[in-house]
Amino acid sequence: MNNVTVGKIEVRNVNIYYGKFRAVKNVSISIPDKKITALIGPSGCGKSTLLRSLNRMNDLIPGSHMEGSITFHEIDIYEKSVDPVEVRRHIGMVFQKANPFPRSIYENVAWGARINGFQYRLGHPSMDEWVEICLRKAALWDEVKDKLRSSGLSLSGGQQQRLCIARAIATRPEVILMDEPASALDPIATLRIEELMRELAEEFAIVVVTHNMQQAARVSDFTAFLTMEEDRSGILVEYGKTPQIFTNPVDSRTEGYITGRFG
Amino acid sequence: MKTLQKKRRDVNESFHLLKKRRRPGEQFIESTLVISGFLSIFITLGIVFELGKEALPFFTSSDFNLVKFLTGTTWQPQIKLFGVLPLVMGTLITTFIALLIAIPFGIAIAIYLSEYASFKLRSTIKPTLEILAGIPTVVYGYFALSFVTPFLRTLIGRDIVEIYNTASAGIVMGILILPLIASMSEDALTAVPRTLREGAYGLGATKIETTFRVVIPAAISGLAAAIIVGVSRAIGETMIVALAAGAGPKFTFNPFKGAETMTGHIVRVSGGDLSYDSIDYNSLFSISLLLFFMTLSLNMLSQWVVRKLSEVK
Amino acid sequence: MGEKQEPLFTPTLLRRNRSERFWKILLQFSTFIGIIILVVLLLNIINQSFGYVAIGYKVSPAEIVDPGQNLEKLSVPQLAGIIRQRVSPGLLKQLEKGKTLEHYSQTELVKLVIEKIAKPEIVQTWSFWQSLRMREEIRREVSQLPGTRLVFFSWIRPDILISPQSSNPLTAGIRTALLGSLWIILIAMLVAFPLGVGTAIYLEEYTGDSTLNQAIRTNINNLAGVPSIIYGMLGLAVFVRSLAQLTSGAWLGLSNSESANGRTILSAGLTLALLVLPLIIINAREAIKAVPDTLRQASYGVGATRWQTIWHHVLPNSIPGILTGSILAFSRALGESAPLVVIGASTYITVDPANVFSRFTALPIQIYQWTSRPQPEFRNLAAGAILVLLALLLSINAAAILLRNRYKRY
Repeated sequence: MNNVTVGKIEVRNVNIYYGKFRAVKNVSISIPDKKITALIGPSGCGKSTLLRSLNRMNDLIPGSHMEGSITFHEIDIYEKSVDPVEVRRHIGMVFQKANPFPRSIYENVAWGARINGFQYRLGHPSMDEWVEICLRKAALWDEVKDKLRSSGLSLSGGQQQRLCIARAIATRPEVILMDEPASALDPIATLRIEELMRELAEEFAIVVVTHNMQQAARVSDFTAFLTMEEDRSGILVEYGKTPQIFTNPVDSRTEGYITGRFG
Repeated sequence: MKTLQKKRRDVNESFHLLKKRRRPGEQFIESTLVISGFLSIFITLGIVFELGKEALPFFTSSDFNLVKFLTGTTWQPQIKLFGVLPLVMGTLITTFIALLIAIPFGIAIAIYLSEYASFKLRSTIKPTLEILAGIPTVVYGYFALSFVTPFLRTLIGRDIVEIYNTASAGIVMGILILPLIASMSEDALTAVPRTLREGAYGLGATKIETTFRVVIPAAISGLAAAIIVGVSRAIGETMIVALAAGAGPKFTFNPFKGAETMTGHIVRVSGGDLSYDSIDYNSLFSISLLLFFMTLSLNMLSQWVVRKLSEVK
Repeated sequence: MGEKQEPLFTPTLLRRNRSERFWKILLQFSTFIGIIILVVLLLNIINQSFGYVAIGYKVSPAEIVDPGQNLEKLSVPQLAGIIRQRVSPGLLKQLEKGKTLEHYSQTELVKLVIEKIAKPEIVQTWSFWQSLRMREEIRREVSQLPGTRLVFFSWIRPDILISPQSSNPLTAGIRTALLGSLWIILIAMLVAFPLGVGTAIYLEEYTGDSTLNQAIRTNINNLAGVPSIIYGMLGLAVFVRSLAQLTSGAWLGLSNSESANGRTILSAGLTLALLVLPLIIINAREAIKAVPDTLRQASYGVGATRWQTIWHHVLPNSIPGILTGSILAFSRALGESAPLVVIGASTYITVDPANVFSRFTALPIQIYQWTSRPQPEFRNLAAGAILVLLALLLSINAAAILLRNRYKRY
């Protein structure tokens, strides 16, 4: 659909299988840089599966495999010589339920950076400084700067999720994938996360899965609508700029979902 | 042109970015883990292999006859009589007596704990059972010899009950496997979903009626498995019978007389002067092999029972 | 016509309630049986551990010293003189190997006099209960026996821990057995713990729910159910016989004539390691499985490798559970005796083990041997040793449970 500039991540004719079951059927999509792309659709239509394939998290599920190509910087991330561990460093993830490590707040942010080879050199931030930078970008610094050594689990739900965002940023990714990041949070915490997403989009490419349509309309630049076919596999129905999808959808199914007729 | 070259350079850089990093430390660790993973299979094979290897000279010797081995009622290697039945008999009698005690009491305790007992009571009884389960078998053997046997002799009569007898050993073995059966049965009973019980209560059934009609049938596979595991444990038990049941293979049905079990025999003969490759040595392994297969089949039976009968639900 | 449609319910509530009460009492009774048995067991052992002992002397202390003198108050030169007088020349030479008699301490000399000259022997023992109830009769009986003293004896005395085994129940102790047990358990620990935890990590983190994994799991469960004596036979065939070169220390030149046959602490430790291994694996797997998957996902999400995830996240969160279970497994190994008898525990050792290639014995084996002796004194001695063993096990298990409760996080 976008063909002038090549997206950060290009998904072409992707089918994702769990064993024999096809969860995602023939999806092609482009993830542009420094923009928020939302994946919406009824539950079970493969949005999360598609999201997880973008950083090879599906590899962890036995029996899952995929056809098609997903390229990042025009390199097929599923190619044999590509290390999934490296992929995940460049394409980070925030999960549905906040899952900070049972360690200190400082450690939560620092660990990811450390194992990926963070080094202190003149002219570059030290670990302390980097932790502060990441926590600031996640809009959490002011609330935790006095208790960096306390456990990450001692924070509220919304704070924990922002901590997870800070943790994801710490490995200096280029893309951040978010799987329904605010679905377990109260409305106020949700709004804070949405504000945060807009700020982050100035630096990263963001892909967010959400079943909250209003959230997608509020926050995203591009929206992809997926739905489930009779054989329970997910297909891409329509993809375009958010304002257009929500006010003037091309496909009737999109219109049906948006107006609440189903899903 | 320049932009294309720059682009290619960017791509190359990015490609190196994503390429697999070699992590030799991790590979080494992973290989050691794989080796340990297969260790358990190795051990099982080792048991069968070693037992078989040492027993083979016995099985292939000219004096050996499989039928006579399994059905003969005398075990006297010196005169080449190799009937293993006396030992099996000893094992069976002690096991049977043990079950007479452990099954009723064990299941009763399990029912009481799962259906009746208050939280406070449970937290006193469960640790007690755990302590009973943790007592070394020598101590149980001591108990059999120093308390149970004199007790039986005063109760029933010194001329009926010998100093070494299978009844004392059996009773104490029952005490040994009681906690095992009780805790496994209790797990099986508590695993029965509440809704099943509530269906019966809702009809106005009493607790005991519900227990007998609903809970126990639902948990029957777990109970059966518990009993089978108890049997297996009793068959393999050594120290209690070594101390209290008696020495010397004797084919008898009388529990008040002494008799030797398979395990007791192994312990007695190997504790004495044993030379490698003697007929005694090799025959020990044949008995061990028999014992191994008995307990192995029982254990597999219990696992099968759990799988098969729970499908019925 | 309506009457025929009405079902008839006869009142059965009374009978059913009675039945309910009956069964409830029956069940309660059965349950308390468990506690009763435990109490009876402990009482029985304690009963045997204390009681009157009639000690007879080969040479009564009264005959050794001059009338009016108290043996224990004699001076060093006096005691030395007595010893020189009455002891055989061979024994005297042995005693004076390191230093002359005059250089021994007074208490040592008193002990020597009693041990080697007076030679106390146990004539009869009574249990605690008997000692309480039949006090007068016992006193009467003993006073009729010449040269015997009546002493209220506690079979579990501090000496029991530091004295080696001996054929005299008065001086026998569990020192060698205790040391042997500790050495053996240590070796078993060093071998089984890393192997067991490593296997558990491999099975839980590296293999999925494949058929191979299930087969291995069934296999380990079966191994856990194999009677301990079979492990003894395996140890006999493999460690003692086939690997005799290795386990006897011959490859290091450390073997001595007694243990060249491979019946060493090393063999015993390895055999127990095999026994304990399935338990450790099963327990470690449970602990590792209990770590929530979201934690692993989070770790992978920041680009960690599998081993990094295991080392930094899975293991630290499962270590308390692993340790608790392993400690319990080892306390079980401490009480095992059947496999050790099979691989050839020594029946009589009086010297401390020098290294892993020495002959071995263990505490439960010592108890077994003493219990098998016909003399009733050894029964009492065994009771004392049992108390030590139970105390040891109790403290180990209590430590494990404390550990589990302290770290119960999830």
